[in-house]
Amino acid sequence: MKALSQKRRHPLAAIALLLMGLLVTGGLYAVATTVNQAKADTTTYSASDVEEGGKLFAANCATCHGMGASGSQAGPSLVGVGAAAVDFQVGTGRMPMQMNGPQAYKKPAQFNEEQTKQLAAYVASLGPGPAIPEAGVLDEKGDAAKGGELFRTNCAMCHNAAAAGGALTRGKFAPALAGVSGQHIYEAMVTGPQNMPVFSDANITPEGKRDIITFLKQIEANGSPGGADLGALGPVSEGLFVWIAGLGVIIAFTIWLTSRTS
Amino acid sequence: MSSSQTPDAPVFVAKTSGGRITDFVDQRVGGSGILREFGRKVFPDHWSFMFGEVALYSFVILLLSGTFLTFFFDPSMAETHYAGSYAPLKNVEMSVAYSSSLDISFDVRGGMFMRQVHHWSALLFVASVSVHMLRVFFTGAFRKPRELNWVVGSVLLILSMAAGFTGYSLPDDLLSGNGLRIIDGVIKSIPVIGTYTSFFLFGGEFPGTMIISRLYMLHILLVPALILLMIVMHLFMVVVHKHTQYPGPGRNDGNVVGYPLGPVYAAKAGGFFFIVFGVVALMAAFFTINPIWNYGPYDPSPVSAGTQPDWYIGFVDGALRLMPGTIGDWKVEQIWFGHMFTFNVLLPALVPAGILFTVMFAYPWIERWITKDNREHHVLDRPRNAPTRTAIGMAGFVWYCVMWAAAGSDLIATHFHVALNDVTYWLRALFFIGPVIAFIVTKRVALALQRKDREIALHGRETGRIVRLPHGEFIEVHAPLDEYKRYKLVGFESPAPLPAVPNENGVVDRREKRRAKLSRWFFEDRVAPATPAELEAAHGHHGAHEAVEAAESQKTLSH
Repeated sequence: MKALSQKRRHPLAAIALLLMGLLVTGGLYAVATTVNQAKADTTTYSASDVEEGGKLFAANCATCHGMGASGSQAGPSLVGVGAAAVDFQVGTGRMPMQMNGPQAYKKPAQFNEEQTKQLAAYVASLGPGPAIPEAGVLDEKGDAAKGGELFRTNCAMCHNAAAAGGALTRGKFAPALAGVSGQHIYEAMVTGPQNMPVFSDANITPEGKRDIITFLKQIEANGSPGGADLGALGPVSEGLFVWIAGLGVIIAFTIWLTSRTS
Repeated sequence: MSSSQTPDAPVFVAKTSGGRITDFVDQRVGGSGILREFGRKVFPDHWSFMFGEVALYSFVILLLSGTFLTFFFDPSMAETHYAGSYAPLKNVEMSVAYSSSLDISFDVRGGMFMRQVHHWSALLFVASVSVHMLRVFFTGAFRKPRELNWVVGSVLLILSMAAGFTGYSLPDDLLSGNGLRIIDGVIKSIPVIGTYTSFFLFGGEFPGTMIISRLYMLHILLVPALILLMIVMHLFMVVVHKHTQYPGPGRNDGNVVGYPLGPVYAAKAGGFFFIVFGVVALMAAFFTINPIWNYGPYDPSPVSAGTQPDWYIGFVDGALRLMPGTIGDWKVEQIWFGHMFTFNVLLPALVPAGILFTVMFAYPWIERWITKDNREHHVLDRPRNAPTRTAIGMAGFVWYCVMWAAAGSDLIATHFHVALNDVTYWLRALFFIGPVIAFIVTKRVALALQRKDREIALHGRETGRIVRLPHGEFIEVHAPLDEYKRYKLVGFESPAPLPAVPNENGVVDRREKRRAKLSRWFFEDRVAPATPAELEAAHGHHGAHEAVEAAESQKTLSH
C-alpha cells in the first residue's frame, strides 16, 4: 500500500488512473448490457457437425474466405459472423457467390439443409456471433400493425412499402421480400447481409422483429385487395399500364369505330 | 275579343302522345332549330380525331366517380386510430382523411371500385389530353384560325395536371405526403418569398393540419369548375371553327368532308362514351391503382423506395433526380449574403417545365411569324410534309421522355440490372443530346418519306414483277396508283424559304433578317410535291421510265 501511495505523484499516474477508469466502466457496461452480447448458440451442434463443416468450408469457401475463415483479398473474415449469417447466405443460395459484383444474387441453394447446418456449426465454432433464431420469434403471431409501422420506418426506404424491392447505388439493390422465409428475414436483420445494415436487438427488439415478420407474411398472404398489383411498384407501373394497355385498347376501338367510312 | 286570330290556319297536331309532348316542348324552347343546326355539323372521321372525345368522356367519368367519393371522404387531418377492416393497419394512428380513404377502399360497398375508377380515369384523362395535343401539334391543327383554341387546350392540360396532383395528395398516405413534401421543398427553394409562401400554403410548418382540406376545396371545386369552363370554351370554338380534316380528294380549306353529327356520328360518339367507360371499369375491376393501404399513414420521417408522382408530374420529378448537387467543384447550392439559394431544386423543378409550357403556348405565333402565313388552314398537314415542325415536336417529345424516364430511374436500374448511377449519367447526357438527335433523325425520316411518296406518285407501286423486254432489258413493272391514293401523295404545300422583305420604309430591319434566317432553317430542306406536269410526263410514257427520270432530274431537290 505504501508503494502505491509513494507512486501517486508519478508522471504516468494520471494516465494509469484514466486507463483503469476506462477499463472498469467499459467492463461494467459490457457485463450490464446485453446489446453487444453474442447470443448463446442454443442450436446444438455436435463435434462431428463442426468437423464436417470444416471440410465443406475448406472445399467450397476457403478460396475466398481463407483457410480458417480468416479472410483474404477476395472475401471477408467469417470469424464471429455467427451461424445466422451462414444459414442466410448459404440457405438462400447467395453463397457460394456465382460471380463478383456489387451484390450476390439469390439463386437455388448449393448445399442441402444438413450441409448448411454443418457449415453453420463450423463458422459458429470460430467465434461467438448471432445464432439461428428460435422458433418462438418466427411463429408469425406478432402484431402485424406494429410490424408495419416498424417496417415503414426502418425497411421501406430500400425494400419499398409493399416489400417489392428497390434500387441502391452502383448496381446494388434491396430485393423483394415476397417468398422469403421468416427465418431468413430474421437472420438478415441480425446479420446485415450484402448492403443491408444490421438491426441489432437494441434497434429493433426480437419482439419487433417478430412483428415485422408477421406483417410481411400477412400482406403476402392477403394478396392484393384491389386486383392485380402490377408489381406493387407504385405510380410508374400504373402510368405504363394506362399508356400501353388503357390507351392501347382505346386506340384499337377508335380505329374500329372509324374503319368503315371514307 | 282578339279579331286578329286566324282560326282557320292549319294547326299541326302530332298523332302520338310522345309527339305531342315533344311538340309542346319544342314550341317553347326551339329545340328543333338547335338540333337542325347541330345535327348537320359535319365531322370528318379519323381515329386520331377521337382523343379529345376520350378526354371529355374520362372527365365525365371523373365527375361521376368523384361525386361518389365525396360522399364518404373526410378531408380532416385530425388524428384518429384506424378501426376499419384492413388488419395490417389495425389501431394504427393516422389522420381522418387517410382513415376515411381506407374506409372507402375496404368498408364502403363498391368504394374500392369507384376509387380505382376515379384514379384510372384521371390517368387516362391526362394521357388522352396529351395525345390529343400531340396530334394537334404534329398535324398543324393549331394554325389560323385555331391558335386561341390551342391556348385553351394548353390551359386544360395544365389544369388537368393540377386536378390530378391535388387529388393524388388527398388520401394523406405516405406516398401522397412524400409528394407534398417535394412540392414544399420546391416552394421553399424560391428565393425570398419561398418560405413565406410555404407557410401560407400549409398554414404553418409542413405538414401542418390544413393542407388536405385546402387541397380538397381546390380539387372538388375550383379546378373542376375551371376545367368545365375551359371545355365549354374549347367545344364552342370547335363549333365555330368546324373540324379540321386530313388531305384527300375533294377536301380543301373551304369545306369539311365527313358525316353529319346526326344520326350516325352522334350514335358513334355516344357509343364511344360507353366503350371508354367500359375500358376504365375493366381496369378498375382487375388492376390495383394507388394501393394506399400499402403505404401506411403519412409520417414525415419514412420515405418508401419507389416513391414517384403519378405519370403526368413524373417529368418534373425526373428533372429533380437528374440535377447534380455539384458541378465540378462548384456547389449548386449557394449561400449568398447569409441566405441559402437552393438552385439544385429550383432550377430542375421550374426551368424545364417552364421552357416546355412557354414553347407550347407560343408555338403557333412563332411559326406564324416565321412563315408569315396568315391564311386559314382547315386541311391538316401530314407530319412528314412539315419536316421541321415535326422535328421540333419530336425534339421536345424526346426531351420530355428523357425526364419522364428519369422519374423511374430506380426501377430501370432494378429491372434491367444496371447501376442506378449509370442510368442517371446516361439520362443526363441524353437530356442535352437526345433532343438534338431526335431533331436530326426525325427531319431526315420525314424527308425520306416525302421522297418515297414522290417516287410512288410518279412511278407507281413496285409490284416485284421483273419483265424482260424483247431487246433484253429487264424492268420491274410498276402498278399505277388510283387517283384517290395519288391525291394524298401530291396534295400538300411545301413552302420555300421566305427571304427578308423590306418594311414600309424600305429597310430590312434586324428582326426581319432574323425571321428570314429562321425561315431558311425551317424550309431549306424540302421535297416539292410532284406537279401535274411531272405526273403527266411520268404517266405519258409507260414503260419508258428514262423520260421520267429525266423529268425528275430537272426538278430542284435542294437539300
